[in-house]
Amino acid sequence: MTLITRRGIIMTGALGAGGAMLSGCDKLFAVPSFKQTLQGAEGLHLASQRLLTGGALAPEFTAQQMSPNFRTNGNTTAQDQTWLAQSKNQFADYALKIDGLVRRPLSLPLSALKTMPQRRQITRHDCVEGWSAIGMWQGPQLGTLLRNAGVLPQARYLVFHCADNFGANPYYESIDLTDAFHPQTILAWQMNGQPLTIGHGAPLRLRVERQLGYKQAKYIMRIEARANLAGLYGGKGGYWEDNAGYQWYAGI
Amino acid sequence: MHDASEPAQLPPVPEPASTMPKATPHGGDLVKRHRLSTRLWHWLNVVSVTVMLMSGLMIFNAHPRLYWGKFGANPDYSWLQIGAHGGNGFLRLGNLEIPTTGLLGLSSDRHGALQNVAFPWWMTIPSDYSLADARIWHLAFAWLLALGLLGYLLVSLVNGHVRRDIHITAHEWRPAHIWADIKDHARLRFPTGVAALRYNVLQKLAYAAVLFGLIPLVILTGLMMSPDLNAALSWLLNLFGGRQSARSLHFLAAWGLVGFCFVHIAMVILAGPVNEVRSIVTGWYRLPREPVTEDAP
Repeated sequence: MTLITRRGIIMTGALGAGGAMLSGCDKLFAVPSFKQTLQGAEGLHLASQRLLTGGALAPEFTAQQMSPNFRTNGNTTAQDQTWLAQSKNQFADYALKIDGLVRRPLSLPLSALKTMPQRRQITRHDCVEGWSAIGMWQGPQLGTLLRNAGVLPQARYLVFHCADNFGANPYYESIDLTDAFHPQTILAWQMNGQPLTIGHGAPLRLRVERQLGYKQAKYIMRIEARANLAGLYGGKGGYWEDNAGYQWYAGI
Repeated sequence: MHDASEPAQLPPVPEPASTMPKATPHGGDLVKRHRLSTRLWHWLNVVSVTVMLMSGLMIFNAHPRLYWGKFGANPDYSWLQIGAHGGNGFLRLGNLEIPTTGLLGLSSDRHGALQNVAFPWWMTIPSDYSLADARIWHLAFAWLLALGLLGYLLVSLVNGHVRRDIHITAHEWRPAHIWADIKDHARLRFPTGVAALRYNVLQKLAYAAVLFGLIPLVILTGLMMSPDLNAALSWLLNLFGGRQSARSLHFLAAWGLVGFCFVHIAMVILAGPVNEVRSIVTGWYRLPREPVTEDAP
């Protein structure tokens, strides 16, 4: 190979790579196998973080460290007819349903959820967009409810069916049993010492503290234990997962 | 991972062992300069750093404000913001608002339509706004960047690259030596002959800062964007002063790397781009000729 040719190859390669970077990434991403390869990182994140983190608790804060103003995000009200009727009566008629792969399906009124053993935690809410807010949450641990309902051995996921929607698509989210039985995973009916506001998901929202904001389902009506997520809505385990390509595992 | 040759090794010439080899390479000689591990890592980084930066800018576009401390959202004070109001794009640093219409905050997309985006389409992956797709890019290439650094550090400790080529000696730390090197750089007077085989002290400082400073910082602050790893490594989060501080440091470290790349590419162009690019592709580097012509060997 002569020097001239080698120079030519080097310079062509460098210029070509620069041009391809600018215009080629979008085209590359449109190739299904390429995108799927990149999406494979989600499995690495779940496996490596479960290994590294184990049952560690998310950081908790003092009352002085709380955000003075905790913004709302996503849907700030719900549209479901049952929810609308219940909201007119401060959710006195509300009952959380727990069903699917459980031995004893439950229907728990808000008063029952408030009188069960409670966990209160001051934690940080991290939106996938990048902002964070620290608030105080209180409610029963999800694990307590699941032990009462008796999750069947074939169940692997919990699906949270919500009263809000984006047009024709109802909001829903899902977590696996590892996160479901984590001590900080609670069903919060109280925020910053007050009953949840409509904007923050009244009457009940999920707190799964080691994942991003879109997993913290608001306006929960029903919790369903399932063996898999396929066949439910878009099959990816959540509204944002189905409709915008966000990762199901939102620990990162 | 690395080939056997020393950075300054010539094609083997039989000679008696001595502290000053007689066959010292001269200006004009073609010598082996960069190990295979260095060349591989360099080009892996060209790809991974570019993708990480451009997809990272798209992720920033989802919330173009930076805060200090444990929390930070729209109602809280941001020390940096990119946005648009009244048809003008701006970059705000503290209380200082800099007009940036056309570049930051408000710019034309590929089709010529004005968009309220912090960083314009040609700086981001993907070109059109998508936080979800940018995350898919960013969180996959993060593994390449992190494992690449880890592998390169291990190999470079084992093969002596760090000790022999990056390690700054007591002599080089002397202010007079550093000052002389700064003057040489300012006059664009680059080493020639055998002296060009060694990194000078400013090069060593720059490479050490990137290898042990900026890239580890960008990786560790990036890991602290994970709420799960915040639980696992809360001490590291506290070291950075909380999640929003870590996010700010992540952004600054990324731009620090951009700054390094600009200076690095400028130096390559000034020092002779073809020779420099050849050496980082093939390993072979032609020593710049000494200013005074001497007897050719």
